[in-house]
Amino acid sequence: MCLGIPGKVIDIWEESGTRMATADFGGTTKTVCLAYLPDMEIGEYTIVHAGFALTRLDEVSANETLQMFAELGFLDEELAGTEGQSSRETA
Amino acid sequence: MSEAGQVDPANWVCPLPLRETKRIVMGHGGGGILSEELIENLFLPAFGSSGGPSRDSAVLNVLGGRIALTTDSYVVNPLFFPGGNIGDLAVNGTINDLACSGAQPLALTAGFIIEEGLEMDVLGTIAQSMGLAAAAAGVAIVTGDTKVVGKGSADSLFINTAGIGVVPEGLRIGPEQARPGDHIIVSGNIGEHGVAIMSVREGIDFGTTMTTDSAPLHRLVAAMLNAVDDPNVIHALRDPTRGGLVAATVEIARTSGVGIELDEAKVPIPESVASACGFLGLDPLQVANEGKLVAFVDPAHSEAVLAAMRARPEGSAAVIIGRAVEAHPGMVVARTAFGTTRVVERELGEQLPRIC
Amino acid sequence: MKYLDEFRDPVAAKSLVEAIRRSATRTWTIMEVCGGQTHSIIRNGIDQLLDGAVDFIHGPGCPVCVTPLEMIDRALEIASRDDVIFCSFGDMLRVPGSKQDLFSVRARGGDVRIVYSPLDATRIAAENPDKNVVFFGVGFETTAPANAMSVLHAKRLGLTNFSLLVSHVLVPPAMTAILSAPTNRVQGFLAAGHVCTVMGTSEYGPLVEKFNIPIVVTGFEPLDLLEGVRQLVELLEGCHKDGRSAELRNAYPRAVTDTGNTVAQQALADVFVVTDRQWRGIGMIPQSGWTLSPRYAEFDAELKFGVGHLEVQESSECHAGEVLQGLLKPNECPAFGTTCTPRNPLGATMVSSEGACAAYYQFRRLESSANV
Repeated sequence: MCLGIPGKVIDIWEESGTRMATADFGGTTKTVCLAYLPDMEIGEYTIVHAGFALTRLDEVSANETLQMFAELGFLDEELAGTEGQSSRETA
Repeated sequence: MSEAGQVDPANWVCPLPLRETKRIVMGHGGGGILSEELIENLFLPAFGSSGGPSRDSAVLNVLGGRIALTTDSYVVNPLFFPGGNIGDLAVNGTINDLACSGAQPLALTAGFIIEEGLEMDVLGTIAQSMGLAAAAAGVAIVTGDTKVVGKGSADSLFINTAGIGVVPEGLRIGPEQARPGDHIIVSGNIGEHGVAIMSVREGIDFGTTMTTDSAPLHRLVAAMLNAVDDPNVIHALRDPTRGGLVAATVEIARTSGVGIELDEAKVPIPESVASACGFLGLDPLQVANEGKLVAFVDPAHSEAVLAAMRARPEGSAAVIIGRAVEAHPGMVVARTAFGTTRVVERELGEQLPRIC
Repeated sequence: MKYLDEFRDPVAAKSLVEAIRRSATRTWTIMEVCGGQTHSIIRNGIDQLLDGAVDFIHGPGCPVCVTPLEMIDRALEIASRDDVIFCSFGDMLRVPGSKQDLFSVRARGGDVRIVYSPLDATRIAAENPDKNVVFFGVGFETTAPANAMSVLHAKRLGLTNFSLLVSHVLVPPAMTAILSAPTNRVQGFLAAGHVCTVMGTSEYGPLVEKFNIPIVVTGFEPLDLLEGVRQLVELLEGCHKDGRSAELRNAYPRAVTDTGNTVAQQALADVFVVTDRQWRGIGMIPQSGWTLSPRYAEFDAELKFGVGHLEVQESSECHAGEVLQGLLKPNECPAFGTTCTPRNPLGATMVSSEGACAAYYQFRRLESSANV
């Protein structure tokens, strides 16, 4: 039920007054309803639940999150090199 | 037209040619003239038989060794799917059952249960596919049977194929032969057949370029056996059809009394299988394959076997995905990409009904 | 950027696990209230990775599991009728009612169909005007927008043969109920990311304040879950060591905004009204569910089929209720794996793909150590 996976909008059209789209989930495509994301555009990513696109995924935010993970990795290496120190560092 | 008084049977044209009957009727299963015409005009030309008297069973010369015998019924729905149909599935599937015993396939039978009303064109196309698949595999369909049942008594068409093959003297491949330490090899990408079928099942409705991987594997197996001096270093073979990779490995684990460790990161899953399974809520490890095999091989010889597999088109993506162990006999444990473990259990029942 | 593999990277996972272990000075008890998150935690072994630093309690996040028994029996009654085509998500088919389940109704000739969206059900209604089509509207706030749209769609098309059997449940009241219970052990919450993409995060601030408990909005992929836990542990350590007050944080910013999806919220406010709801295994939680607004009464299957009060019979061996409240781990239940298995489930938590018991059974660990 919470099964929502990210898909890329590759086509948008109208069907009896409702905006519909084709979403590409990495090689598998599905028709989804865009009624709840009226300004969704082709090329953007969305999360779909029960046939409806509900979320627009923010690429900038996603990259920031991934960058933060990478920085944690550098922090790991630093701390591994300074074994014995117990103080907490702020990222 | 011949001269008056002279009649040349070769020029006779059947006053009721088969082509006029667009659909199968109950009479085609009656064992009489209609049945004979169906076999002579639809099945035999498709299977490339040279004629000769029909028999109840085919007798074949066998040189030494033991006989492998197998049968399978095909009830796949729908009859046609991306990359194939019930016919070539029925040919390749039974050949693969023989191949996984290490047998050289000799011949196939084909039995048909046809629903009254099925279009002749449909049956003809399927029969043609079977003939082509058999020819491509170099295995003949030598005998068969046809029955027609009333409308509603069968869903369009059911096919049974039985296969017979020769197992070389001294070869002992079997699900009870796996031993701790064996490398587990899969011959290529998994999940393709199941996803191809799901994409044309009614009510599901998604787009994919995935086609079935249905293919005969006896030449692959022959190459594997030839790659090593002692073919018995290949302990077990299985084609992961219904129930997928999980069912195949669990069954071998239980029969042999070994445990199995799978490395999830190594299992080759194409992106479109992963994404289709993602939103259908399916596990790719449980999805059916029709052109793949799993092999349990003595670790000292797995590289040689792997090389032989990769040299063939149907094994080009072969890879070692795990090993048999002494611990947790009968259980399959997968190691995730994070280094954590989970027990892999077979699906309960019809995750994907009528998949083959 | 595909938003999938990047958030499953094992190298980053390792960094996150180490960061959590570095900051945790004790074992923290954390609850997630989302079946999808439960499934992901167990399947990827996140609880294994954090053993010692975090003790996970799995909350009632599986809507299939908490659908009241009476509602299941109601569904079975309706599905058994000759003139009905009953449509549902696949998960609901094996949930045991008092005497049977939807699968057995289908086996006895009932027209029960698995669909992936309520729009499939409206399509079936349009194609079968002589039948009554009923869709089982179960789920948290995430699936509710789809169900709302199906009602609006049906109204627009004038489909008189379509109705919804509504049994939606809401997350914040459930969290309130858990935190208010005298037996509560939960010290921090991972809030369900996809529920928040719809509803926004504003409902959780008041909970943080009232109970002084940190809440972190979290996604589903392994890295999202680890990051959610990392922020939660950081907050908990802050509360514990420096006496800081609890906070609400958003660890899933690529998908969750404070306001959520306002278009969806408008549709929800129009189509549904809040109601008291029975949670199977837990009991009645006030104002914790949605039912159809009287404005759309003609689409309400409960009214249409007049299935009155039903006597319900819950299995006495099933401890799903305690599992759902986080008082019992599935593998601590005496019936687990013995009298209760996916093949013969006693309760819904063993059947649903998001149920904690099913997750534990499917991905169960070996008795010996995790390092095979």
